[in-house]
Amino acid sequence: MPIQVLMPALSPTMEKGNLAKWLKKEGETIKSGDVIAEIETDKATMEVEATDEGTLGKILIPEGTADVAVNTPIATILADGESAADLGKASAPAKQEKAAESAPPAAAKAEAPQPKAAPSAPQAVAEPDPEVPAGTEMVTQTIREALRDAMAEEMRRDADVFVMGEEVAEYQGAYKVTQGLLQEFGAKRVIDTPITEHGFAGVGVGAAMTGLKPIVEFMTFNFAMQAIDQIINSAAKTLYMSGGQMGCSIVFRGPNGAAARVAAQHSQDYSSWYSHIPGLKVVAPYSAADAKGLLKAAIRDPNPVIFLENEVLYGHTGEVPKLDDFIIPIGKARIVRAGSHVTIISWSNGMTYALKAADELAKDGIEAEVIDLRTLRPMDTETIVNSVKKTGRAVTVEEGWAQSGVGAEIAARIMENAFDYLDAPVARVSGKDVPMPYAANLEKLALPSAAEVVEAAKAVCYR
Amino acid sequence: MAAPKKAAASPPQDKTDGGSPPEFTREQELKALRDMLLIRRFEEKAGQLYGMGAIGGFCHLYIGQEAVVVGMQMALKQGDQVITGYRDHGHMLATGMDANGVMAELTGRRGGYSKGKGGSMHMFSKEKHFYGGHGIVGAQVSLGTGLAFANHYRSNDNVSVTYFGDGAANQGQVYESFNMAELWKLPVIYVIENNRYAMGTSVSRASAQQDFSRRGVSFNIPGKQVDGMDVRAVKAAGEEAAAWCRAGKGPFILEMQTYRYRGHSMSDPAKYRTREEVEKVRHDQDPIEQVRNRLLAAKVSEQDLKAIDAEVRDIVNAAADFAQHDPEPDAAELWTDVYR
Repeated sequence: MPIQVLMPALSPTMEKGNLAKWLKKEGETIKSGDVIAEIETDKATMEVEATDEGTLGKILIPEGTADVAVNTPIATILADGESAADLGKASAPAKQEKAAESAPPAAAKAEAPQPKAAPSAPQAVAEPDPEVPAGTEMVTQTIREALRDAMAEEMRRDADVFVMGEEVAEYQGAYKVTQGLLQEFGAKRVIDTPITEHGFAGVGVGAAMTGLKPIVEFMTFNFAMQAIDQIINSAAKTLYMSGGQMGCSIVFRGPNGAAARVAAQHSQDYSSWYSHIPGLKVVAPYSAADAKGLLKAAIRDPNPVIFLENEVLYGHTGEVPKLDDFIIPIGKARIVRAGSHVTIISWSNGMTYALKAADELAKDGIEAEVIDLRTLRPMDTETIVNSVKKTGRAVTVEEGWAQSGVGAEIAARIMENAFDYLDAPVARVSGKDVPMPYAANLEKLALPSAAEVVEAAKAVCYR
Repeated sequence: MAAPKKAAASPPQDKTDGGSPPEFTREQELKALRDMLLIRRFEEKAGQLYGMGAIGGFCHLYIGQEAVVVGMQMALKQGDQVITGYRDHGHMLATGMDANGVMAELTGRRGGYSKGKGGSMHMFSKEKHFYGGHGIVGAQVSLGTGLAFANHYRSNDNVSVTYFGDGAANQGQVYESFNMAELWKLPVIYVIENNRYAMGTSVSRASAQQDFSRRGVSFNIPGKQVDGMDVRAVKAAGEEAAAWCRAGKGPFILEMQTYRYRGHSMSDPAKYRTREEVEKVRHDQDPIEQVRNRLLAAKVSEQDLKAIDAEVRDIVNAAADFAQHDPEPDAAELWTDVYR
């Protein structure tokens, strides 16, 4: 039976890509290992190798096609003895079929990504952002591009700003967030480090103590555990220990939280870890506009800022104001969707579940007010409390664990400041109290879901 | 960053130079004596105040090691940065920081360098380019490498003098820093103060490579063992290392062979070594007595030396007085300096 070649995924979080080029023509003989096509995403270009031998029977997706979903059949390979007449019988390799039935990688993230056609869909119901003047022209950008532009703009503005980390320069960023920076700013200001997190975090803090403004990229925050002593003991505490003489303006940034199918050591949410520490500011944006405006604010901030990005969100697009200097102040939450029955509070990728749940709840007549915290420290208690005073009910949503989590902190603040307004105990939706499993179905169970948020919201509404 | 160098010739790995170090002028001898005496008398007073309960927490005295910081400081120029660990009082005084401010920090008073919020192990002075004062063993090595990074980034010709002990020399981030410093040719002098004991563990019980000047060999960082009890040898080695750094050749390691007379901290009864061992070093190698004897041999009068003693005692007594009478920080200071 002819074999189908499927659109491959270049990374655990890739959902679609462009079929840039076919390197083989229909009718050409193909050996296992031959490069048959090139595909690209906004992050990388990669060659597609044949894993089966035979003849390229039919090209199903012509070159130049954009946004081809992972696992879409892109070509058919005829085995020896088969002819074009057999093409109709084509099937995907058995292994792929099996995967597709249970839970293919793409389906494993079904909760996380936005609908493909409208990645910015949740923002369609968004309240206008008070930080953006009415009538501002908007550009559509991925979060990855928004972050890159924020760094580039600040580096143009201030020669003391530089970026250092693993693969940030010549490789263009492990997740391509620093793409193009080396070309514009040169190797003096875009610095590839050895794999040495503890060391380069300390080098960054030392440089910052002299007044330079480093942006230290961690390939992921999982690796920053190697460096957490320098972040907390040196960066966060020096201003206090020096009686205000010597602080450091430094940004530690990189992807945080669960990626997809990378298991326990590469999937952890550090939101509550860093938000525990006085002396640090902790920012965790969800939208592309916030990613840009908050990163610019973080780079200018005279304090150490932990900037938690999310790998799953990097490729998501959103509307970013086209302004010369678009800054979102650190420490201000945003009401993304107004409602009167229940307040849902989240940040970063947790907003994906929160917004989806709000859509579902609306169908049942429950109008949820959704707050994107955006900054975890200092926390915008006022926005939370004012909302809860209106709705009387609150649900927190986070990918991290519940114990000593940010949700626990939010619940405590609501209790301290709005106890008499509560009509139900605050509910927490969080990651399950286990290390992140690898298997697709278990991973899905370990993470929060929109369904769990809906359930929690209904519970606090006694519905 | 800077292109890594091609296969380097093996760097110099000198043992202690055989002959005597270059002689000091009389002026240099007098300055060295005065600066070392200030540290010793200051530390003796700090020990006394600790015993009286005026100083709390940890207090690590520098007595015995004075020639290291004083000699190094004589090799530096304006703008060179200094950073060290928690045995830091001597380093601060050597950089010219005010004895009152240091002592008042030890007593936790508002006139202390950190307004009483840092204590013995955490003091800083932007003015004197002193970057702390760090309580986590080895952390200052990465930070000091970052100071050198900043010099390199700004293309100035200043040098970061990064001090750490034989104990800290076994921390992982030291070697992460060595690698980056040599890779990027950063101007940093790593001064390893080998006082023979990491708290209560002797070098022979903790270190596979006991020649600390060779700790940079696998990174091609040159190193040198120095008689850290002879201020002239320290200064000469410091000048050699600083010249290497300022020439853009990257980092340099100096192992200062020194000795601390007191315990690791005030609460250390020092049972891991004999009284005779300590007495022998004091008698044979004391850094201050060496200078004093040379000055006397050069016919400087006892009276002139006593005048230096008196000046130093006055400074230290005034510092102790200030530190005990300065008020504690205002309660409102609890909440300041968390953020800028």
